[in-house]
Amino acid sequence: MATPKKTVAKESGQEKAGSPPEFSKEQELKALRDMLLIRRFEEKAGQLYGMGAIGGFCHLYIGQEAVVVGMQMALKQGDEVITGYRDHGHMLACGMESRGVMAELTGRRGGYSRGKGGSMHMFSKEKHFYGGHGIVGAQVSLGTGLAFANRYRGNDNVSVTYFGDGAANQGQVYESFNMAELWKLPVIYVIENNRYAMGTSVSRASAQQDFSKRGVSFNIPGKQVDGMDVRAVKAAADEATAWCRGGNGPIILEMQTYRYRGHSMSDPAKYRTREEVEKVRHDQDPIEQVRNRLLASGVSEQDLKAIDAEVREIVNEAADFAQHDPEPDASELYTDIYR
Amino acid sequence: MPIQVLMPALSPTMEKGNLAKWLKKEGETIKSGDVIAEIETDKATMEVEATDEGTLGKILIPEGTADVAVNTPIATILADGESAADLAKMPAAPAPKAAEAAPAEAKAEAPQPAAKAPAAPVSEALPDPEIPAGTEMVTQTIREALRDAMAEEMRRDGDVFIMGEEVAEYQGAYKVTQGLLQEFGARRVIDTPITEHGFAGVGVGAAMAGLKPIVEFMTWNFAMQAIDQIINSAAKTLYMSGGQMGCSIVFRGPNGAAARVAAQHSQDYAAWYSQVPGLKVVAPYSAADYKGLLKAAIRDPNPVVFLENEMLYGHTGEVPKLDDFVVPIGKARIARAGNHVTIVSWAMGMSYALKAADELAKEGIEAEVIDLRTIRPMDTETVINSVKKTGRAVTVEEGWQQSGVGSEVAARIMEHAFDYLDAPVARVSGKDVPMPYAANLEKLALPSVAEVVAAAKAVSYR
Repeated sequence: MATPKKTVAKESGQEKAGSPPEFSKEQELKALRDMLLIRRFEEKAGQLYGMGAIGGFCHLYIGQEAVVVGMQMALKQGDEVITGYRDHGHMLACGMESRGVMAELTGRRGGYSRGKGGSMHMFSKEKHFYGGHGIVGAQVSLGTGLAFANRYRGNDNVSVTYFGDGAANQGQVYESFNMAELWKLPVIYVIENNRYAMGTSVSRASAQQDFSKRGVSFNIPGKQVDGMDVRAVKAAADEATAWCRGGNGPIILEMQTYRYRGHSMSDPAKYRTREEVEKVRHDQDPIEQVRNRLLASGVSEQDLKAIDAEVREIVNEAADFAQHDPEPDASELYTDIYR
Repeated sequence: MPIQVLMPALSPTMEKGNLAKWLKKEGETIKSGDVIAEIETDKATMEVEATDEGTLGKILIPEGTADVAVNTPIATILADGESAADLAKMPAAPAPKAAEAAPAEAKAEAPQPAAKAPAAPVSEALPDPEIPAGTEMVTQTIREALRDAMAEEMRRDGDVFIMGEEVAEYQGAYKVTQGLLQEFGARRVIDTPITEHGFAGVGVGAAMAGLKPIVEFMTWNFAMQAIDQIINSAAKTLYMSGGQMGCSIVFRGPNGAAARVAAQHSQDYAAWYSQVPGLKVVAPYSAADYKGLLKAAIRDPNPVVFLENEMLYGHTGEVPKLDDFVVPIGKARIARAGNHVTIVSWAMGMSYALKAADELAKEGIEAEVIDLRTIRPMDTETVINSVKKTGRAVTVEEGWQQSGVGSEVAARIMEHAFDYLDAPVARVSGKDVPMPYAANLEKLALPSVAEVVAAAKAVSYR
């Protein structure tokens, strides 16, 4: 196959764009609602964890909402999404129902995995969400396999494969990069760089801290994106999906983002200062950015409060369901091992 | 109504903590996400973030209080428009409870777990296919039988493809995929880079998307790099997804000892993979079974680990010439009937078992030799029925003895046929050493016909 011309982000990492393209009012409102849903959901999940209703590990997405919401706005029906264990936001962005996700967190029969997967392992074939994977980096090869299936079938679907700055140091990521470019697979590698792999900052773990350059030795183009600005994410996602659908192979988007909460609920987060968190929150919060633009454009505070109220109601209903839905029947112990 | 802030648990095991510090004062405005307090446990100091907005109404637990039980109300938050007067409407704030007194409300609501696990389902395998009288039998090598099985299934189903190192242009490192590239083209016969972990994951991802990959490992020794994808991704996803996302995939390649390739290239993985629920593990011996079981594995909607043996690739056997010869997974085969002692083996172990049976017959001992063919799900019934008849059993495998498949067979015999046994089950296995290179040591490390004969005689007290 002839090597297509690389037009996207050739100067990997150096493309510091100005302001991203404006959103329409409808887009702003949609982005706000979808991000708010994730944030309120995660706050509620944190609360339920604190009450002992959610067990095990629980990794919250608060702070990173613009990444999945902006990416999802550029996708079409049929595109696959796969990610690691910090997955609640991805599922909600894919259109999976809050109550099914929350009930999985509480280990109840109405959960997406009927209570057998938990926070890190949920799937929805219907919404093309392929998990929810608990082994750091494993989803990168799997997502490459989803892209392989698209290529095999000759459809124009794109696999959106998310992983973090920590997973970016796993060996299989580079094995996957090699095959994806070799076979020109339609996969967008979205590296969510939230600056910390659990308690280890990027500077302490990564020889190459510009993750958009991680594909250089495989000739995979990459781009750094302001992952706190949903418009910038959407614009980059538009370019990336066009690149993949054009038969050009994989592309890397490094989303520069930040998680406000600890790595998991039991993380005291002593590896960073409270001031650092507060500064990002104050200066770059993805939801506040949209709120402020909407207010400036004349949308009333009241209208925005109504959105928040609607979202809170969905989340409260989900939490209520998740606490009252029964646990799986004992007979479920031996189901779904083979089909 | 004002909102109560509860003492949070920071891990499922936390029961109490110290309220170290309040960072907000009564009357201060609170936004969702604000840190309002610090709590300490024996492991760490953590921040409590508000999830609701409003004004901090009343602090119920003063800072410096030790051993506050999880879920104790520690403060109230007043929503917009509420005042301190609304606090009066609240139920009286409970005194700080002792840690042991506070079962989490949500936990209390949860239904009680079942006291007893339900019985595990018993898998039932179909019988072998009928081979009509007069069916032509074709003599072919196991290598050819495998190739034919794949080619037939690839003709039958466009979603089946094969990927692996040297499977296409080189025609297979052991020539098992000979001719497939020519017939099916590069789209379906795919040479991969040397990247087991990566291509196993790519195969599993493609299977999750509904394709039916055959992933060839040049040998199973190299699949150690990929074992995470085989177990954590392929075997467990159906369960973890509540039945939504399965994975129809075959991982295949030569397993066990070859000749003079030393420890890293001579290992039997049957026991390793057979431990994992969600996987099926197949290890055939005869050419017909190689063909029929590989066809079954490719059609199976579950992940199948298909263990071949390099030493057997060139062996020939009779394969029925049928349009669609599929041997069911999970069914053992009685390779030789006998009444005096049961020898249970599979794969390469069968070559020792069958030769030993010939030797034993010369001495008047008629051994019944059972070829398990499938290690998981294991056909316990066929083994037990034989042991009930013979009262004696020997297992034969090239793999190591500790936690080996033979140990599992012995345990099942003990559980299901203890009263029928006239002697303890004997295990013949590879020796408990890494495979040596030197020819004489290698021979010593593997089981031998003489060892099987000796074991059969020992359990027969002869």
